[in-house]
Parts: sequence; structure tokens; C-alpha cells
Amino acid sequence: MKKFKKSLMSWTFLAPSILGVAVFFVLPFITVVQYSLVDNPISNTYVGFENYKNLLKNPAFLMAAKNTLTFSVVAVALAVLLSLGLALMLEAKIPAKSRLRTFFLSPLVVPTASVILIWQVVFSYNGSFNSIVELFGGQPIDWLKSEYSQIVILLMFLWKNLGYNMILFMAALSNIPKAQLEAAEVDGAGAVRRFFVIKLRYISPSLFFVILLSLINSFKIFREVYLLTGGYPYESIYFLQHFMNNTFKSLDYQKLSAAAIIMSVVILVVILVIFLLEDRLGKDVEE
Amino acid sequence: MKKLRRNFRRIRLALLFIWLLAFALLFLMPTVLTLTNSFMSETELTSNYGAVLGNVSGGSSYMSEEVNLKLIPDIVSFRQYITVLFQSPEYLLKFWNSVILTLPIVFGQLAIASLAAYGFYISRSKVKSVIFFSYIILMLMPYQVTLVPNFLVSESLGILGTRWAVVLPGIFTPLSVFILTKSMRRIPAAVIESARLDGAGEFKIFLKVCLPMCSSALYSVAILTFIDNWNMVEQVLILLDNVEKQPLSVFLSSINSGEVGIAFAAATVYMIPPVLLFLHGEENLVEGIAYSGSVKG
Repeated sequence: MKKFKKSLMSWTFLAPSILGVAVFFVLPFITVVQYSLVDNPISNTYVGFENYKNLLKNPAFLMAAKNTLTFSVVAVALAVLLSLGLALMLEAKIPAKSRLRTFFLSPLVVPTASVILIWQVVFSYNGSFNSIVELFGGQPIDWLKSEYSQIVILLMFLWKNLGYNMILFMAALSNIPKAQLEAAEVDGAGAVRRFFVIKLRYISPSLFFVILLSLINSFKIFREVYLLTGGYPYESIYFLQHFMNNTFKSLDYQKLSAAAIIMSVVILVVILVIFLLEDRLGKDVEE
Repeated sequence: MKKLRRNFRRIRLALLFIWLLAFALLFLMPTVLTLTNSFMSETELTSNYGAVLGNVSGGSSYMSEEVNLKLIPDIVSFRQYITVLFQSPEYLLKFWNSVILTLPIVFGQLAIASLAAYGFYISRSKVKSVIFFSYIILMLMPYQVTLVPNFLVSESLGILGTRWAVVLPGIFTPLSVFILTKSMRRIPAAVIESARLDGAGEFKIFLKVCLPMCSSALYSVAILTFIDNWNMVEQVLILLDNVEKQPLSVFLSSINSGEVGIAFAAATVYMIPPVLLFLHGEENLVEGIAYSGSVKG
């Protein structure tokens, strides 16, 4: 009886959140699935996977998907490696550690809209970066409208996200039992060996979390691209969110729904793979 | 030999410090530049950046071909701030828009999420772990996916194009539930149990025992939600088409090209609220981020 009461209480506390999530996310998602399978919302004729097939033939969608994929893979890899590197370096006995941490975390706090001016000044055709390029005899180009535009966006992504990831890694590193590290050091294990044999195993849950988080943040890069270049940027930084925005404008619900579902399935698969890997490797630590 | 080794170690640490410091300063640079540039006069700004940011309308006579990114203004001027704060009602209106979109989301999310987190904390069951897991999945879904259902609901509720279309889905975003649940699970069950034995009601325990014990996580969630929504772009473009009601985040990118003069001052004013929140609660923020450390547990 007591357990029953507790459970009832728990559901009462959960109710507002579950209700909201159901109304704004889950239930309409069912409509999205339905929309993706009919020819138009008025006649409601079931057309099977026709919308999906059309979408997969749509050049704008394919380009956006390819750009997003390339960007995400590179961005996640670099974000994870660099932030882990920073966290490891900040483990050393150096002065002003917390000040340095603040500096690295600051881009997270500063709104992107506030600093895009600086980015534009640096990377435009007449910009500062080109002055340096010319100094070394290179040709000036408009970086945001070139094939290198993804690199500029990548820099912005790293600038914004390294701090957060670094904090996660620092927390994980500080939880490693000191005794084990000291024992390894006494046994003559070098810094590299200590990292791979001990540290990496202990931080692996955080590692997976950082990978997931960076992936999600890499999808959010649309913000930066939109603020820097507007709704129709150079081809190589035309991302899926651009495609979605433009489809919203044309009110093509079928295309929109199919795109949302394809994306959610892909992301779901990625998430599950990461969870499975974590389970596999996570067991290792407990042994 | 031992001394030599110690010296070597010191030099290595010094080099590491210099390298990290340089890197950290680089991270700080865009923010600092925006701040210092906001104190430049319009003439100086135009002559420095006219070639990039100025439109045809800018005084081209004193515009340099090359852009020179300058850290320190020739003369410190508060002129731009006066223009932004007292003479551009449109700018203030957008700032206010940002405030009334962001604050309801932050407070609403704190209330809903802390209740839900407590619900997850006091009793566990199979169904509840399935729900928690689906919250995690939802939390990881990008806007490209979630905006479509948000849009459909707003449309059928007739709130599309109003602030509610942005605020309501924002309140129920599950990231806060996740972080708060994780931090509540660090509270020893005995603490809650003894409050129950004292005869306190469940809601009272939640309010008087549980919330104070995870205050740093609450603060951290508040900052993270504030930052994310202060910076909102995606939701606005789709759910709030009405330019009148759009927040400063979207508006700033359009003033940049027109008015080089006030752009930096406007950008600086815009970053003040999140930066103050951050400086005030950095320790809490860091702790909160660290709690969220892994998906499981």
C-alpha cells in the first residue's frame, strides 16, 4: 500500500511534464508520420513511401544531408579530441587554472549574434585574415563564400563548444582514483600508458556523452551559419536546417514530414549504436 | 641529476602554461573585441570596417580599402550606447522581445522540470525508466526534427505566429529534467525518508528538502536554458514569423550591415545579461555540467 502511494505521488509530480511533452512533441509526431505517408492533408490518400522516394531524389535535400554529415563527422571528432586534450593539459600543476577554465567556457555564454561582426570582419574579402594570407603571398578570397566556408564555420563551432566538453572531461578525470594512478606511476608506466590503460577507461562514460552532445550541437550550427550568411548561404554550408526552413516556407508538409522522419530515424540509430558501445565498453571498467 | 630533472619539469610546465594561456586568450578575443569596439566613434568604425560591414550608404570617402581589426579605440566614446539605449526604440523593443520570450521559458522549465525530476527520483519503475529514456532521446533530437511537430501543434492550437508558439514547447524541453534528475539522485534516500517520518507532506519535502539540496543544479539549468533561449534562432524563424515580435538574436544579424556604428554597442548590450549570469554563477554552472556527465546512472 505504501509503495502504491509513493508511485501515485511520483506520477503526480511527473504529470505536468509528461502532459506537455505529449502535447507538443509526441502526439504531433504521430501526425508527422501520417503526413509523410499521404499525398496531401486534404484528400489524405495513402501513397506509401512515395514522399520518401521523392525526397531521396531531391537534390537540395541530398546536398544538405551530405553537407550536414560531413560537417558533423569532422566537427564531432575534432571537438572530442581537442577538448580532451585541453582537459588533460589543465590537469597539470599550472597557475591560474580556474581563470583559464573561465576563458575557455566564455564562448558558451556569449550569444553568437553578438560576435558575428568580428567573424565577418576577420573572414570577409577585405578582412583581416586575408591580410595575413596576402602577407604570405596568397590570393585573397571571400572565405564564407568559398569551398573553405565549412572550415570557418568549424572554427566557430569549436570556439563555442570546446569549453563545455572540456568541463565534462575535467570532471571525469578528477573522479579517477588517485591511488591507481600513483600505483601505475610507481610501476614505471609513462604518461601515455597511464592515459590509455587507466584514464581512458574511467572517462569512457563521459567520452560517449561528449560524443553525443557534440553531435547534437553540430546540428545546431545552423544558428551560426544563418546569422553569418542568411537563409541561402554558399553551397557547402547549406545544411539540413536550411532545407527544412525553406520547405516550411513553401508549406510542403509531405516533404517536411518525410525529412523529419528520415532524420529522426538516422539520429535514433546513431544514439542506439553509441549506447550499445557504451554498454560493451562500460562493463570493462566494473570488472 | 635530480635537480636537472626538476628544472626540466618546470620548463615544461611553463611552456604548457604559456601555450594554454595563448589559446585561452584567443578564445576570449571575439568577445573582448566586440566590447572594445563598441566604444569607438562611428567615424572610426566606418574607417576601420566600412569595407566589410558598411553598405553603399556609408561615407565612402574615409573608408579604407583594407580592414584593420583594432583592439583599442582611438578615443573612447559612449555615443553608440546613447544611440542604442535612448534613441533607437526598435532596438529596445527587440531586446524586450528577447526578455519576454526567454524568462517565461526559463522559469516554466525550472518549475515543470524540477517537479518531474522529483517524480523520477522518489519511485522507480519499468514504465518510468522507459519514459526517462525517451526523454533522453527527445533531448538529443535536433530542431530539424522537433520543430515539425511543434509547428503542427501550434497551427492546430491557433498559436502559430504568437509568442506562445515558442514559449510552450520551450518550457517542456527535457534537458533540464535530465540534469535535475541526475543531481537529485545524489541526495541520500535517508534524508527524504526521515522527512517523511517527521510527517512532512510530499510537496513540502520536495520544496523544503529536495530543492535546496540541488540548488547548484537548479542554477546551472537556469543558466543553460537562459543562454540557449537568449540565443534562439531556429524556433523564431519557423514559429514566430512576425518580425515585430522577433527577439534581438535574429534582429542583430540584420542591423549589422546597415548601421556599423551602433552594431557593436548593440551586440555588447545584448551579451550583458548572459555574461552577468555566468560570472555570478560560474561555479554552479560548472558543477551542473559535471553532474550531467554521462547518459546513464
